[in-house]
Amino acid sequence: MKKKIFKNNMITYALIIAFYIVMQVMITTGSISSLLQGLLVPLCMYAIAAVSLNLVVGFSGELSLGHAGFMCIGAYASAIFSRVTEDSLPDLPRFLIAILIGALVAGVFGFLIGIPVLRLRGDYLAIVTLAFGEIIKNLFNVLSLGKDNEGLHVSFNDAAVMELGEGGEKIVDGALGITGTPRDSSFTIGIILLLLTVFIVVNLVNSRTGRAITAIRDNRIAAESIGLNVTKYKLMAFTISTTLAGVAGVLYAHNLSSLTVKLFNYNTSILILVFVVLGGIGNVRGSIIAAIVLTALPELLRGMANYRMLIYALLLIVMMLFNWAPAAIHFRERIKSKFSKKQEVV
Amino acid sequence: MKNKKRLLSAALVAVMLVAVVAGCGKKDSGDSSSSEGSETFKIGGIGPLTGPAAVYGIAVQNGADLAVKEINEAGGINGKQVEFKMEDDTHDAEKAVNAYNTLKDWGMQMLMGTVTSDPCIAVEAEAEADNMFLITPSGTAVDCIKGGNAFRLCFSDPTQGIKAAEYIGEHGVGKKIGVIYDSSSSYSKGIYENFAKEADNHDLEVVAAEAFTADSNKDFTVQLKKIKDAGADVVFLPIYYDETALILKQAKDMEFDTTFFGCDGLDGLLSVEGFDTSLAEGVMLLTPFAANAEDELTKKFVADFDAAYSQTPIQFAADGYDAIYAIKAAAEEGGITPDMSASDICDALVTSMTKIELKGLTGTISWADDGEPDKEPKAAIIEGGEYVMK
Repeated sequence: MKKKIFKNNMITYALIIAFYIVMQVMITTGSISSLLQGLLVPLCMYAIAAVSLNLVVGFSGELSLGHAGFMCIGAYASAIFSRVTEDSLPDLPRFLIAILIGALVAGVFGFLIGIPVLRLRGDYLAIVTLAFGEIIKNLFNVLSLGKDNEGLHVSFNDAAVMELGEGGEKIVDGALGITGTPRDSSFTIGIILLLLTVFIVVNLVNSRTGRAITAIRDNRIAAESIGLNVTKYKLMAFTISTTLAGVAGVLYAHNLSSLTVKLFNYNTSILILVFVVLGGIGNVRGSIIAAIVLTALPELLRGMANYRMLIYALLLIVMMLFNWAPAAIHFRERIKSKFSKKQEVV
Repeated sequence: MKNKKRLLSAALVAVMLVAVVAGCGKKDSGDSSSSEGSETFKIGGIGPLTGPAAVYGIAVQNGADLAVKEINEAGGINGKQVEFKMEDDTHDAEKAVNAYNTLKDWGMQMLMGTVTSDPCIAVEAEAEADNMFLITPSGTAVDCIKGGNAFRLCFSDPTQGIKAAEYIGEHGVGKKIGVIYDSSSSYSKGIYENFAKEADNHDLEVVAAEAFTADSNKDFTVQLKKIKDAGADVVFLPIYYDETALILKQAKDMEFDTTFFGCDGLDGLLSVEGFDTSLAEGVMLLTPFAANAEDELTKKFVADFDAAYSQTPIQFAADGYDAIYAIKAAAEEGGITPDMSASDICDALVTSMTKIELKGLTGTISWADDGEPDKEPKAAIIEGGEYVMK
């Protein structure tokens, strides 16, 4: 059993590293298109978000519809930090600290939300996280933050109220968001963060704690009866998940020079949920593959102009059927049994 | 067993991915090799062709297409034909950067875009790094043209706010101003903030400023009631036309009779489906273009546009049209040729842009070093179901 899990995990890592090497070779030989090169960081970001959500949806059995909200927190916290310290810190350490800050702040918010909500049964987490995502979006929409020689100024009204003094500079400008964030995200850092995310999630799930989490998912009463602290384990899974979502937000914020809250609405939360469901609930590798395919495909299909949305929708249906329809499952089993028989012969 | 199943599915997906990526790679290399020896200028465009802001993107695309067609029929730029290609960004910064990269793969030499502000800021950062010439037809945020490579055809948010206050003050439209603005939109908030600042200079008093957000843009009775109670004689609406249509209806229902004054976002008000255009009578808006203006250029443009797309052009179509002609004028002034690299073209155009004066649909425009246009503000009033230039 252990060996099997180990082998399975190694395949995931190997696939990610192979993807990295292929892309790097293409970049160095110059055979990569600008489109694909520009997509690499978003691919890592969506993959991280999908894996982190899978921890909640797949392993802890709760539904979170506010993942974009936690990404938003991570993105804003880290972008504000990077803008403030832009002149005083060198690039790489600043970005590393930004990642930590984004992760930490998102994690703290996840923890705070989780304390009351995860004690409840049923779909309350879905409702509260949905509301939370919208609240965060609206809060950041009216937030203005500026710095001058006297320090930082904050306003929830409009930027003019702050009356910045000498050397004043707006950092967050209400609905305009943050512009001019240093663009520190790179494909290499993205892949390292993705590997780290997979490492954390996979090891957590296969640990004693992870078994407790899945036990609670499968039968709460039974888990309680053997003395597992239900709230503690759920909270742990949820907090780790939001922390990792914050990391995805950091990658996003440092990839574009314009950061507004528009992206972080419930549509994005649901998009990430779609990655998780189509990739297979509780399947880490599936989440990554679904995130990559579903993010890259609409862009790579740009040549088909208006048909690409149609093809995207069809693909969603086909993937859903391939994963879940009884006939498709039966067909896959048959193919696989042939496949394994052949192997035995060899 | 289960493991193998997963292995198989992973392998299948990997094969598919490789196929997609490889297919794409091949196509690109083919394109770039053909563009090297090509004899045409390649102008790229980015804007929302799908999604909620699609009206603007499609209008710019149509206007630009029309301009390119005319230029090609008249012999092109410096004797060379022009190719124009528009990519969709769905009004999203991330997608806009993808669109930009797609156009770069296509061999774009100059960029006309993007149409909306937030995507434009993101694309501008990329374009500045590549030293790609950029002119935005309608990106109004200040940061849209942050870099030295970027120019703007329309007025920026602050300029619109200031010009609106100027116009209301100088033409005696009213003294007590009520404002309804969208606090979740950078466009609306930017105009409002600068309007409020400038209002004092023209002896105007903002008696009520009421905000709404994109999530609550259906019911405006509370805002209207407050403004009515504050005794405003002009209501300033730095917002888009779809919300304005609702506001006008609700103001009528509560018998609030006043002057409404808006900016270029109100353009398109008369074509809202199911909207009783008699409600819009007397509404004033600051817009550089009205389809029924009497000058030759506008008449010809409106007739050609109607023939090509069977509709009346809005201001954004005129912006797109003018942007292409601005590129043409600057390209002829700078004497560029299609075999120059995008970066060389950018250097040449940046110097020549400040020298040209364009007689376009949206006024006579010249550009300063910072990329901002200099032109007269124009206001239109809605009379008899039509925009009439004042």
